[in-house]
Amino acid sequence: MKNPDREWLKKRLMNSTVIILASFSVLLLRFVYLQVVEGDEYRRLSENNCIRLQSIPASRGLIYDRNGTLLADNIPSFDLKIVLQDAKPVDETIQKLADFTSIPVEELMERVDSGKKVSIYKPLLLKRNITRDQLAVVEAHAFDLPGVKVDVELMRKYIYKKSAAHLIGYLGEINSQEIENNTYPDVKSGDSIGRYGAEKSFEDILRGKRGGRQIEVDASGSLVRVINTVNPLPGKNILLTIDSKLQQTIESIMEDKTGAVVAIDPSNGDVLAMVSVPSFDLNDFIGGISNDKWKSLISNPDKPIANKAIQGEYPPASTYKIVTAIAALEEGVVDIHTTHFCPGYYKYGNREYRCWKKSGHGRVNIVKALEKSCDVFFYRTGEAVGVDTLAKYAIGCGLGKVTNIELANERPGLIPTGAWKKKRFGTPWQGGETLSVAIGQGFNLTTPLQMAALLAAIGNNGTIYRPRILKSIQEYNEAIDIHKELKPEISGGLPASSQTLELVKEGLLNVVESEGGTARKIRIQGIDIAGKTGTAQVFTLKKSDRDSKRKFARHLRDHAWFVCYAPAQNPVIAVAIIIEHGEHGSTAAAPVASEVIRAWLEIKGMLPSIKK
Amino acid sequence: MFDRRLLENFDWGLTIITFLIGIVGLGVLYSAVNAGDPGGAMHLFFQKQMIWITGSVVIVLLSLFIPYKLFDRGSFIAYLICVGLLIAVLIFGKYVAGSRRWLALGPFTMQPSELMKLSLIFVLASVYSGIISEYGLPFKYLIKPALLLFFPFLLIVLQPDLGTALLLLFIATSITLFVKVKKSVFFSCAVIAVAAIPLAWGFALKDYQKERVLTFLDPDRDPLGAGYHIIQSKIAIGSGMLSGKGFLKGTQNALAFLPEHHTDFILSVLAEEWGLLGCCVLLFLYFMLLLWGLNISYCCRDMFGSILAFGITIMIFWQIFINIGMVMGLLPVVGVPLPLISYGGSSVVTNMIGIGVLLNISMRRFVKV
Repeated sequence: MKNPDREWLKKRLMNSTVIILASFSVLLLRFVYLQVVEGDEYRRLSENNCIRLQSIPASRGLIYDRNGTLLADNIPSFDLKIVLQDAKPVDETIQKLADFTSIPVEELMERVDSGKKVSIYKPLLLKRNITRDQLAVVEAHAFDLPGVKVDVELMRKYIYKKSAAHLIGYLGEINSQEIENNTYPDVKSGDSIGRYGAEKSFEDILRGKRGGRQIEVDASGSLVRVINTVNPLPGKNILLTIDSKLQQTIESIMEDKTGAVVAIDPSNGDVLAMVSVPSFDLNDFIGGISNDKWKSLISNPDKPIANKAIQGEYPPASTYKIVTAIAALEEGVVDIHTTHFCPGYYKYGNREYRCWKKSGHGRVNIVKALEKSCDVFFYRTGEAVGVDTLAKYAIGCGLGKVTNIELANERPGLIPTGAWKKKRFGTPWQGGETLSVAIGQGFNLTTPLQMAALLAAIGNNGTIYRPRILKSIQEYNEAIDIHKELKPEISGGLPASSQTLELVKEGLLNVVESEGGTARKIRIQGIDIAGKTGTAQVFTLKKSDRDSKRKFARHLRDHAWFVCYAPAQNPVIAVAIIIEHGEHGSTAAAPVASEVIRAWLEIKGMLPSIKK
Repeated sequence: MFDRRLLENFDWGLTIITFLIGIVGLGVLYSAVNAGDPGGAMHLFFQKQMIWITGSVVIVLLSLFIPYKLFDRGSFIAYLICVGLLIAVLIFGKYVAGSRRWLALGPFTMQPSELMKLSLIFVLASVYSGIISEYGLPFKYLIKPALLLFFPFLLIVLQPDLGTALLLLFIATSITLFVKVKKSVFFSCAVIAVAAIPLAWGFALKDYQKERVLTFLDPDRDPLGAGYHIIQSKIAIGSGMLSGKGFLKGTQNALAFLPEHHTDFILSVLAEEWGLLGCCVLLFLYFMLLLWGLNISYCCRDMFGSILAFGITIMIFWQIFINIGMVMGLLPVVGVPLPLISYGGSSVVTNMIGIGVLLNISMRRFVKV
């Protein structure tokens, strides 16, 4: 190694100096080019600060039903805007604008004052969605209104207003917190994002990407030329799984009731209809809902905003006997030959647990017990199975947990166990509570969606599909539309053998199709329906008071359940219905189910022509 | 303890050049932050910048008492501390505009990547001064410096702050070329680098990453973001013409047009208000500063000091060249501030410490080693 001497160092430093000098010459030449050669042009451009950025909104994906019927559309909204820099004198311009459009001058000035803090060069929104008349006067007097312009933005229109409101959902303006956290990329203040239903769940699919252009404007803010454009990327259209005709038929049947109806295709988990009543008008939410309307919605005791199909947690009542039956058969506690005698009550400890039929059902086996909904039979099988084993089967059947449908705020319901009660109340499980749970009247809670999914799984012989509302996504590819069909997802299988399922299915079929069934009145000629009624107590009464409760106020009356699938042999629809305070499942809920099935078979062209 | 001769050899020339650039910087910053509101109260940014400059002058004066030879021994520890800070910034760093660059230290926030530049120069000077040879370095001696560059480079890329990472790469490469490598090593490294780019492009990068790189190289691909900044910056610079619009008379630096107008794009304010004349004065001052730095490197009697002085000079050079090239639309838009002029505490402190080290080396040029 030879240590470098000073001559060597000098040579290398000279090289560096040359490189630095060359680099600085490049910079200097560039200054000369920009400031001398092109200086005049840039000076001109700077005079009026006339290069502006203009945003081009991206159209939001449309929402269709499964057949391509449009549910959520985009329509133009004429938004009145002002660029303060171009609008001088601002006070005078605003006064004129108020005179022309008869928008109160105070309202306009309020917007102007808030906008001054942001930027005087950027368009400031004065009023969204002005009328066509207002648009006409603004355009006619454009010369008198410097800096004032009308931008066409797109806004939602929900074609069927209240129909499927909970499923479709609505938009709401993004808040400053979300902008700060960058929750949604490419979203700017003033933009709207999905807040409820499919609009929220599929936000990333539906929302496009904003474009924009660099424009040169003259002193009055009018466009001189477009320098550069980035085209917006439109959002993708989606097809929901619902059938809007079926949905509307159910909505008209349920119109003056409170409750929910869910219809599922047992072969893939498609939600064919999801009704929650009372509903609300989605169009009220466009551009922000008024305070009065919002207050009246949230103060309504029937909770129109809640989607009862996924958020309503109800005691499953006798529909839960399906689970008890599966557990008992699988655990070997009962078989087809096991019978119990029902005298109308079951004595447990020092307490009498009543059957709903005072006179009793006599000797019944499991199929008959399902058909007649005999409480005593299920008290005894439930007692033999035990609460924790029962819970294991209930969870296996998809209860007590969310179904993972693509909707926010789904409730899991509740399947009690001994450990749960100890944790929740600090007291041990009582044997008698098992009896209540076995007939669905204890602590257990289920949602209509869970019950519909369970019936669908029984109908298709044991496959639990994840209920879904998104059928396909429309991709844009050159000029051709491609529908990306989504595959159904299997989320599990029923914890039941085929023999068990056969017995349960026979029982459910007899509920409607046998002379002794609890829902025999809802038959459709030529179609076998299998189902189960339920009457859920809202208010725990002494059993002896049961008969007197018709006198009670509406809010103390029982909820009516009916769950079913049809046709029994090869079902195309599974339905769960809850009618709040509808009292008896067999009289209030079951007839609705019959109409739902009839409507769907008619739509599918499967309804047999009836010969008299 | 403090030799009187050191005081006699104090580098007044470098001090005066730095002082002049600082005055220009404060004037432009005053205009940038008071745009559209002349005669308004002293802007907070301006006050903070004054505090940082004053504070770093104090640090520099104190540091002059420490013979720079001590930095040789301490360089590796400083390097490790800076790497530790870079790791800390990834974990605890403040998330601003899509990246983690700032570390909160009580009331202050700092950018460890700025300090990293200095400590990398120190550690490279220390390593190279032990192995430098007139014939150029063979490949095996370059492994250690390459590793020293690699860790901070990676950590800064992860923030992500591509601009500072590249700056680090340029500084390290410049120093390495300055101490000379064997011709064969130089050419094989160049070939590997050229070959690696298409390979990375073809296999390692995802589509969105490619798009980001392309936008980075060509701001016009993003006319609503970087491209818009560049066109506004070009209008501001060009509209200054020969003699500028005058102090506080710039119209383009209003907030609406250049969001970074007091930091990375501050040169456009100077160019608009002082025109080509102002730009020439600034370029001349910078050029003098760099020449002075190279001269200090030449006059220094030991290799560590020479390489250190060169490294600091070249660090300042790259910042100037990248920043000015960027605001004039010659280079990609990266967050590299203009030394001694852009607003920003970490940048001011880093560059002032660099100048302090140059002063330190310069005043000890006659001290026997």
